[in-house]
Amino acid sequence: MDDGRGGRGRVTIRLIRRDRASRAWMIAAPAAAMALSVATSLLLFAALGKPAGAALFALLIDPFLTWYDFSEVLMKMSPLLLIAQGLAIGYRANVFNIGAEGQLILGAIAASALPVWYPEATSPLMLPAMLVMGALGGLVWALIAAALRTRFNASEILVTLMLSLIAVQVLNYLLLGPWKDPRGFNFPQSVMFPDAAMLPALLEGTRTNISLLFGLVASVLAWVLMGHSMAGFRLRVGGLAPAAARYAGFSERRAVWLGLAAGGLAAGLAGASEVAGPLGQLQRSVASGYGYAAIIVAYVGGLHPLGIVVSAFVISVIYIGGDAATVSAGLPVAAVEVFQGLLLVFYLMCFAFIRYRVAVVRRAAA
Amino acid sequence: MSALAFIIAGMLAAATPLILAAVGEMVAERTGVLNLGIEGMMALGAAVAFIVVTLTGSHLLGFAAAAVAGALLAMVFALLALGFLANQVAAGLGIGVMGQGLSALVGKEYESRTVRGLPDLHVPGLSDIPFLGRTLFSQDIVVWLTIFGAVAIWVVLNRTRAGLVIRAVGENPHAARAVGFRVIAIRTAALAFGGAMAGIAGAYASTVLTTLWAEGMIAGRGWIAVALVVFGTWRTGRVAFGAVLFGALSLGELALQAAGVPLSSQVLASVPYAVTILMLVVISSDRRRMAQNSVASLGQTYHG
Amino acid sequence: MTRSPLLTLTGVTRRYGAVTANAGIDLAVMPGSIHAILGENGAGKSTLMKLIYGVERPDAGRIVWKGAAVSPASPADARALGIGMVFQHFSLFETMSVLDNVSLIVPGRRADLEARIRALGADFGLTVDPQAMVHALSVGERQRVEIIRCLLLDPELLIVDEPTSVLPPQGVARLFGTLRGLRDRGVSILFISHKLEEIRALCDTATVLRAGRVEGVVDPRAVSARDLARMMMGCDMPAPLPAAVRAPGEVRLALAALDHPADAPFGMALAGIDLTVRAGQIVGIAGVSGNGQKELAALISGETLVAGSVQMMGAAVGRLGPDARRARGFAFVPEERLGRGAVPEMSLADNALLTAHRCGMVRHGLIARGRERAFTARCIESFDVRTPGPGAEAGALSGGNLQKFIMAREMLQEPALLLVSQPTWGVDIGAATAIRQRLVALRNAGTAILVISEEIEELFEICDILHVLHQGRLSPPLPASEVTVEEVGAWMMGAGGVAA
Repeated sequence: MDDGRGGRGRVTIRLIRRDRASRAWMIAAPAAAMALSVATSLLLFAALGKPAGAALFALLIDPFLTWYDFSEVLMKMSPLLLIAQGLAIGYRANVFNIGAEGQLILGAIAASALPVWYPEATSPLMLPAMLVMGALGGLVWALIAAALRTRFNASEILVTLMLSLIAVQVLNYLLLGPWKDPRGFNFPQSVMFPDAAMLPALLEGTRTNISLLFGLVASVLAWVLMGHSMAGFRLRVGGLAPAAARYAGFSERRAVWLGLAAGGLAAGLAGASEVAGPLGQLQRSVASGYGYAAIIVAYVGGLHPLGIVVSAFVISVIYIGGDAATVSAGLPVAAVEVFQGLLLVFYLMCFAFIRYRVAVVRRAAA
Repeated sequence: MSALAFIIAGMLAAATPLILAAVGEMVAERTGVLNLGIEGMMALGAAVAFIVVTLTGSHLLGFAAAAVAGALLAMVFALLALGFLANQVAAGLGIGVMGQGLSALVGKEYESRTVRGLPDLHVPGLSDIPFLGRTLFSQDIVVWLTIFGAVAIWVVLNRTRAGLVIRAVGENPHAARAVGFRVIAIRTAALAFGGAMAGIAGAYASTVLTTLWAEGMIAGRGWIAVALVVFGTWRTGRVAFGAVLFGALSLGELALQAAGVPLSSQVLASVPYAVTILMLVVISSDRRRMAQNSVASLGQTYHG
Repeated sequence: MTRSPLLTLTGVTRRYGAVTANAGIDLAVMPGSIHAILGENGAGKSTLMKLIYGVERPDAGRIVWKGAAVSPASPADARALGIGMVFQHFSLFETMSVLDNVSLIVPGRRADLEARIRALGADFGLTVDPQAMVHALSVGERQRVEIIRCLLLDPELLIVDEPTSVLPPQGVARLFGTLRGLRDRGVSILFISHKLEEIRALCDTATVLRAGRVEGVVDPRAVSARDLARMMMGCDMPAPLPAAVRAPGEVRLALAALDHPADAPFGMALAGIDLTVRAGQIVGIAGVSGNGQKELAALISGETLVAGSVQMMGAAVGRLGPDARRARGFAFVPEERLGRGAVPEMSLADNALLTAHRCGMVRHGLIARGRERAFTARCIESFDVRTPGPGAEAGALSGGNLQKFIMAREMLQEPALLLVSQPTWGVDIGAATAIRQRLVALRNAGTAILVISEEIEELFEICDILHVLHQGRLSPPLPASEVTVEEVGAWMMGAGGVAA
């Protein structure tokens, strides 16, 4: 904000490093970011001539008005929570997997292979096998990036993103070609899955299924791994101080493999849960941006397992609220994306106050 | 027109958005900041320029508006990464998402319209050369300006004091500050330049190259531009050369499709992304060369 | 002759957060004077110079230059006034040529500048090739470039910050000649140092700083070294260390004819390194940093792997990483404390876990917090680390305290072989003395210790055997009791073989 001089002004603003991270700001930063994002997007909507008040109501209140809407929030939350927990493990080790979207798509495709090939199957092993296939699909897609990074030094940021763009084309290819439902009126979608391929509902009468539990279990695992295990400690050191990790003999390669594997597994499982859950078939809308939104969920949750549970919930509310706002306030669909971007931007601003405090320095007159 | 003529004629235009965005990002990276929001800045530039050209009919105004929009978005990035000392990867992603969201928000109502493109320029002498005159040298004014711009940037970076200062700030911001350079100001200016170039790149894509706007039309070209900077090892000439290769590649796909080669459109659409990965692998695996050419302080948070 | 001062500071104060680096500093520098700023590490010398040179700005106080109040807002302002500065950690850019570095801050056509660099070099004995790339220059040559760059701007005041730490003893004499020559031509010099004898040899006035305040202004030629030391530290010089008590034991570290190419772009290649360290012995490696010290330390620690011969506790470990070497009884204190020896954002307890996790701190892959805290508490107590407790973040500790903590962490693992790189860099004298005493005590208890240091006096104080590292080559072992400082200095300039 200031490189030490800031012109000849009498007053300068400096960020001064705190002796220890502020716990108060760890809580306050996401809350402040949320408030700033809401305020800014309302101004933006008003500028676009949309009814700001109605939009605000729809975004933040509507999702809580009916049991069904609330259950939809929990349904959205399942993949976001799961993927964000996986990604955050990598991010804390400075392994930037931004291609969870592609890993989710590959997970969905791998899981769909079984019901597409055996549409009449009734085996109780069908569903577990699909989940395993899905997780492996996501894992393999992520590990391509790990192999290229550790073997050839290729940036995992760019490789995972490119692999996501390729994954969309793989999905299109399958849905327009070999996997297209022959009785689907030429729509780009697979056959509907048999009951044996569907996840059981968690809340009766809603679309919320047991994949929410996957997310919650992942949260507990992430909490143990990152907070209490030596393996997680090695990852954190690698992220905070790479030279210290080398000094202590913590392998960077291992961190890259682990970090990408965690995100890939989680995204793949989330992809499997989408096709075996709310979608009930493989279709284009499986690539609906959860993989990208999960990046924001992970950061706004402070890359902390508990924070991510909260941020996954909040962003799910915004998703469902955004749907409501397109109807009630005439908001464009893109408004939700803008809001997510704003949330991350404001969070990163507020995040500075965890490590730094602002000092206004009044200098002696020359 | 033969396939070869088709590729030669179109590759420079197809490469122009990539050259603009990649060279702009390269300048920013030379000062030590990694801006991953290029895709969003291109998307916003594309939408803004399309709207302005639709409303005013002026490409000049459209490009100017796109440059301003891209630079403004880059300023938000600068505020985060330089002012609030945020992680540059996260800040770039956030800005990118915001840019893409904003582009969809403002562009939606213009989705099915088209605008008029730009005419090819008649360059006395060059345009009269047989074959090449009608193909390679038959380009619109933006292509020509982009080529001249790339040369100008090469001159500034390699032959002027400003170029030395940019290198100094990128190599060691602390030493640069100790001898009196305003690191934050220089980096902010470089980011603004990169953002403006990305905005113009988007403007060219939507108002000249395709003359229509659709959500998601940038389709990863911003990310390819970021990869091209690595491919070109932070050298202007190599970055621009890489962009032209990509331009030729994308035209090659169209030529193949037109020739009825039995490849599905999905395979063809994946080719640029796969080639990007391939080229990253080839260039990055020479760790020694990467270390020698890369910018020492790239991506590191600087607290002055 | 009564003249008015060239530069006067009155009540200059600068705070960094809760730390007051300079508190009400008064300073007067006369024209044609070599004026010392004396103080130990952390006394506020470098901050004060940054305020004068416009890198930082004071929170309070006045700076008067040639009778007029000034407020240099940047180094460019200071240079325009006629103030030049030679930095301790140079402000040169390695990827550029000498000429590029000069033309970054000195205006003028390049051809003219090149001629002036050569002329000035000949004039002051500061020869350097304007077309040479900086990364290819030795540390001493880089210092010459820095000085030339300042002189090209015709300064009236030249600030030199700890200039002798990067020079061999013979180079110091040469530098002093240059500085006296400048003084005779009317350039005043502010000479920053913590070395008493140098100041007594060179300077006519000394302002002594302690803990950010002026302790006194004296003529160093008229005051004994002992009195200067007492002013600087507030107490007497610590007593010398106990002598060796027993003959060295078995070989714990052996490098034989080890070659290693430079792996970083501007790194140093090592060639034909022969080195042996035995139990109950302190072996020192002298030499100016940048001659391969970093590379050698990384080869021994396992951060760099080699095919060549590295024997540790009798086993070949060249292909083993740091973890495997530590499992065999190796410990290492690196020269960078923050970011390498310790993670600034982590608590001291987590920083103990960093290398001491083998000491029963991990059960079934999970961290045993109780043992982690107990070990950390032991580190803090046994080395008198000043900190609120194991929960404090490493980044909040002073340089000396953090170094003591890292030393404690490595020593309490009871290593068979300890490598210490620059044990007292940037550490105050109290902590430095404590660290040296601990090293000697550990040696007396039978540990094999290898110390890499730039401080020759320190090495002579604690080592049994000395080597000198110059341009990636290691001198033969020189017994510390037989060799002289001058001989070591000759090796540091690469001429040892001739002198010996």
